[in-house]
Amino acid sequence: MKKVIIEYKMLIPAILFILGAFLIFARQTSTPAMMTVASIQLPVAAQAAAASNTMAIHPVAVPAQTAAAAPISRINSGDTAWVLVATAMVMLMTVPGLAFFYCGLVRKKNVLSILMQCFTIMCILSLHWVIIGYSLAFGPDLGGKGLIGGMEWAFLEGVGLEPHNFYATTVPHQVFMIFQCMFAVITPALIIGAFAERIKFSSLCVFVLLWATLVYDPLAHWVWSNGGFLSTAGGMGVLDFAGGTVIEINSGMASLAAALIIGKRKGYPDKISPPHNLPFAVLGAGLLWFGWFGFNAGSAMAANGLAANAFVTTHLAGATAAVAWAIMDCIYNKRPTVLGIITGAVAGLVAITPACGFVNLRGAIGIGLGAGVLCYPVVAFLKPRFNYDDSLDVFGVHGIGGIWGVIATGLYATTSVNDAAANGLFYGNPAQFWIQCKAAVITIVFSFVVSFILLKVVDAVMGLRVTDHEERIGLDLSEHRETAYTILE
Amino acid sequence: MKYIIAVIQPDRLDDVLQKLEEKEIHLVTVSSVMGRGRQKGIPAVYRSHKEAGSLLKKTKLEIAVNDEYVNATIEAIVQGAQTGEIGDGKIFVMDMNECIRIRTQETGNPAIG
Repeated sequence: MKKVIIEYKMLIPAILFILGAFLIFARQTSTPAMMTVASIQLPVAAQAAAASNTMAIHPVAVPAQTAAAAPISRINSGDTAWVLVATAMVMLMTVPGLAFFYCGLVRKKNVLSILMQCFTIMCILSLHWVIIGYSLAFGPDLGGKGLIGGMEWAFLEGVGLEPHNFYATTVPHQVFMIFQCMFAVITPALIIGAFAERIKFSSLCVFVLLWATLVYDPLAHWVWSNGGFLSTAGGMGVLDFAGGTVIEINSGMASLAAALIIGKRKGYPDKISPPHNLPFAVLGAGLLWFGWFGFNAGSAMAANGLAANAFVTTHLAGATAAVAWAIMDCIYNKRPTVLGIITGAVAGLVAITPACGFVNLRGAIGIGLGAGVLCYPVVAFLKPRFNYDDSLDVFGVHGIGGIWGVIATGLYATTSVNDAAANGLFYGNPAQFWIQCKAAVITIVFSFVVSFILLKVVDAVMGLRVTDHEERIGLDLSEHRETAYTILE
Repeated sequence: MKYIIAVIQPDRLDDVLQKLEEKEIHLVTVSSVMGRGRQKGIPAVYRSHKEAGSLLKKTKLEIAVNDEYVNATIEAIVQGAQTGEIGDGKIFVMDMNECIRIRTQETGNPAIG
């Protein structure tokens, strides 16, 4: 009997492989996706022409002569090189950046659970992104209301190696897609800080897939897609350069919902041991900061002056907020703390995210200062007062920092930086300030409510939380049957 | 034969080891431990949450000695570890039944030194 079970289990990988191969083959026979691979082997001139036609949104059979007459590729090698590098930098933000930032802040017994959650989210959401996520977020609008993308680009059908006409017009469409993929990956990964040390791994996986589909993808569509109802392309006109609404407010509000639903850790607040490895947290924060240059300056989708502006404002806001936090630590705790200065830096980087391509250096310093001054009291005073256990302060840093950043974009934005955008309140345009406020409120409500419902559903169906006994042992051992550190040799 | 356990402030370890060395007591086992006495520690602050700090980092020394070395050992530990502040630690002296050197299987007094 036992032998039969083992053989059956050994068949599973083979079955999955056959299923996967079948799935890919089935898609490819019905689309011209194979041709993109074939075109690489053509001579350069013919390749550019052939590829541009192959990648047209509605693939049609084009005679070879017509193809040769097609315009030269619009791909700019500098832009493409930069966005590819930026994409890799944003990937680095999730693992190991965020993973180490978070794992340093938890107890020894939960280190691996954090690393595992970040790593797993990166893998499953990347698959989710190419299968349906990208199409839901950036695909041709479904119904013309700017609420959600259709399924035309599911499995990246039609998402090829030539630039899209609207998104990132000088880099291959697939580069834009994979850059956005890293954003879709890091956002749910941020949320794990709220329910760290007590979440059931299987429930987490189900939750992030649902959340990506029903919260992240729609919101990304609203703000960034062609025709999204909050977007500058035919929508309300919110200025969000790199994701203050879609990523920061969104993850922050979902985290607040998660912290409220899953409840406090056993022993919170006084019987929880301190962060087990602050050097890890510093390493992670440094990698996050590094990756943020890709995140923000990469969002310019070009290697140009706007990218430079985003790069510099990002750096300045992070530095300003870090110093602001350290000073407040000196005032309230008599000492500047390491955890304080890195938390401040992250808060500043969060706040500059929506603004980095619209504000000048003065704006960046103002936003950084605001981030430190606003996030600090939430983390230090409000959280203990309301007694919720947002374990790693995702709401306090990303939620509050994001809200401030989105609103502050409406204060500091100036067309002298980005003439395609709008002025903010300080440059004589109060209308933009109201748009930013409205967009922030819409994001807050949408993200909190839908995340709350999703978490309730997952909790009811499969339970969000591990048992008390498992929590006591630690998730490393109870959820993954591993431990991070050995004590004896 | 006595077994001496001393719990001291971690930052006094080097001084204690030096004093022991001076009195030709070379054999000692040291471990890092957590403990608490009457002393209040320096509470750590993490994102403005002050740790209660009820358990403090201490260093534990374990020394097996022949009877004639007991006073010298205690003296060395006191000299090295004493600051006069609360939290300097404690020394416990216990009778020891037997001692066996694994390499030679010697027992008793010769096995210690």
